Amino acid sequence: MFKIVEKRKLAENIYEMKVAAERVARAALPGQFVIVRVSEGGERVPLTIADYDVEAGTVTIVTQTIGLSTRKICALEQGDYLADFAGPLGRPSEFVHMPLEELRAMKYLFVAGGVGTAPVYPQVKWLKEHGVECDVIIGAKSSNMLIYIDEMSKVGNVHIATDDGSAGYHGLVTGLAKQLVEVEGRKFDECVCIGPMIMMKFLTMTTKPWNLKTTVSLNALMVDGTGMCGACRVSVGGKTLFTCVDGPEFDGHAVDFDEAIRRQSMYRNQERTAVDNHEHKCKCYGE
Amino acid sequence: MANKIPRVPVREQDPLVRATNFDEVCYGYNHEEASLEATRCLNCKNPRCVAACPVNIRIPDFIKHIVDGDLRGAADTIHLDSSLPSICGRVCPQESQCEGSCVLGIKGEPVAIGKLERFVGDWALEHSAEVEGVVIEPNGHRVAVVGSGPAGLACASDLAKLGYQVDVFEALHKLGGVLSYGIPEFRLPKDRVVAREIAEVKKLGVKFETDVIVGRTLTIDSMLDEEGYDAVFVGSGAGLPRFMGIEGENLNGVLSANEFLTRVNLMGAWNPEKSDTPVYVGRKVVVVGGGNVAMDAVRTAKRLGAEAVIVYRRGEAELPARKEEVHHAKEEGIEFRMLTNPTHILGTEDGWVKGINCVEMELGEPDASGRRSPQEKAGSDFTIDCDVVIMALGTSPNPLIASTTGGLNINRRGCIEADEMGTTSREGVFAGGDAVTGAATVILAMGAGRKAAKAIDEYIKSK
Repeated sequence: MFKIVEKRKLAENIYEMKVAAERVARAALPGQFVIVRVSEGGERVPLTIADYDVEAGTVTIVTQTIGLSTRKICALEQGDYLADFAGPLGRPSEFVHMPLEELRAMKYLFVAGGVGTAPVYPQVKWLKEHGVECDVIIGAKSSNMLIYIDEMSKVGNVHIATDDGSAGYHGLVTGLAKQLVEVEGRKFDECVCIGPMIMMKFLTMTTKPWNLKTTVSLNALMVDGTGMCGACRVSVGGKTLFTCVDGPEFDGHAVDFDEAIRRQSMYRNQERTAVDNHEHKCKCYGE
Repeated sequence: MANKIPRVPVREQDPLVRATNFDEVCYGYNHEEASLEATRCLNCKNPRCVAACPVNIRIPDFIKHIVDGDLRGAADTIHLDSSLPSICGRVCPQESQCEGSCVLGIKGEPVAIGKLERFVGDWALEHSAEVEGVVIEPNGHRVAVVGSGPAGLACASDLAKLGYQVDVFEALHKLGGVLSYGIPEFRLPKDRVVAREIAEVKKLGVKFETDVIVGRTLTIDSMLDEEGYDAVFVGSGAGLPRFMGIEGENLNGVLSANEFLTRVNLMGAWNPEKSDTPVYVGRKVVVVGGGNVAMDAVRTAKRLGAEAVIVYRRGEAELPARKEEVHHAKEEGIEFRMLTNPTHILGTEDGWVKGINCVEMELGEPDASGRRSPQEKAGSDFTIDCDVVIMALGTSPNPLIASTTGGLNINRRGCIEADEMGTTSREGVFAGGDAVTGAATVILAMGAGRKAAKAIDEYIKSK
């Protein structure tokens, strides 16, 4: 059992939880994820790591209520326990293995969308701690859905984009990226993009003509998260890889996004029914 | 005189009924049936069954105890060589091991050794409370075991009996490895058998920690260098699924047998009342492969309400699955398409499986493995309409442990290199089971775990 030591609402339907998981905190690196099971009978849900504190022995996760399982996780309060919290899983971001001198010469552009902002944070923070300043585009539908702005501003150079123009650049993250590179003439050596699949697809299409290496972090469906099931298969450069053990970060220009988006919908009907049944039950029992 | 009695038939659930539920197929012998079957054993001077058992269980001896009505004696005799009789009695391929060598089998039917072992194992589990706990003197040494499957459980219990403090680390949220995620409830009941066998190991003082992925959460290097373990046993199994590499394999509705069985067994998707994990079978499922895992997958699909078909590229005689499983599958109405090999999977416009294209095969000369190798019959292409395709083509070890442990050698197939006793290239690290051999059987893994326990004891004592 893993205790939720702190819970905070970041935006509508988006919650941050600090979970006591000493072993995971000690081993975690940027780019990795955990598998969370809310209780007996719960699904194994892959969630990206938003932060980790070795001394406090805690790992931070950010969850948006999308399906039944994420709703159940978000319904827990400070002091409650998660049944399982396994990780860190997946390969750490490539840059953690780079020689420092080489790394410090790099100019990174991070592009974060929605809850995808959370896993970008430990990467930018790690780079800052290792002497690398990064630019970070954070995008959301509207200003009230932006998360981690204050945290990110402390470790990186933040640019905001909202679809409705309620904060920062009026438009999509792809538009803001274009403005930085094509209008302002900014030069980057690598782009790291984490957000909804569709956003990552269009961002990689945007950076392609710039020959800008673009790393994406995929949130494929998983069961075990350790390489056992193969549910998270993804085509990268014509090869089938497992997101959980070969990723979750891949060369975005080689990923077959259409297939990845389609594979994400494998259980959509069942998921919808599960949510409907759950809400119906909640209404019946007046919860 | 003994061999004049015909083999005592074992009671089973009606095939048409059991094809719609997840209750155990075979009820096993009761005391009376077991006693009668036990009298068939000739108690051979040179028992061929013992030699054919991978862990050399003293078969005629334990059967003699059943005849004498001494079930405790029978259990103690089996426990000298096997720590998991309830499990092995259910899942061992007896027809190619003990029963396959039984003298009675030459002219008639062999003694039902597996069913007798199961009877004794179940009896022992039910009567375990009667056994007074032996006080084990701790010897002050600590050993870590990676994986709580058959190899890890066997190694841990033997070491605990020798006084070691043993900590078992399991990557998943549930203990048992393949016994929990792989083999279905209808063949190996989880609460009644697996959980109780594990409870026996816990009684010995072995500690279990779930949600620890060795190679990620902890490394073997850190276990030896920082956490103070004197030795580590790796019994992490062979969990990585293989795919065919054919067109259409990433369509929605194509999955590995591992994924399908993990959803149903480990996550409990067979019982949607209690589980949030979805599983999809559609109207018709095609399972590709002919091993035990293929049989488990196809019979599970049938129980979930789908029409279920096995597609296998060799002939029926070459099916690697246990004969009993093939027989049970057929009784339950599984269709077998032998000498059939998939060439590609067909999808709908929006990317869902709608069929599988196959060719007919014919058997040629025996290949290196001794099996006759199948060759395509030209122009024999045909399509089977289906909604789901499950690939049951075997598994290989997860490379995570080898790639995160300094000085641990692996072979070309990704298996950890270890000798007969489980000694690896890295001092203090021992390995056994599927992680060393590639996917094999429960009994071989159990045997390897026990041998490694012996080697670990010798290694620590000699330090």
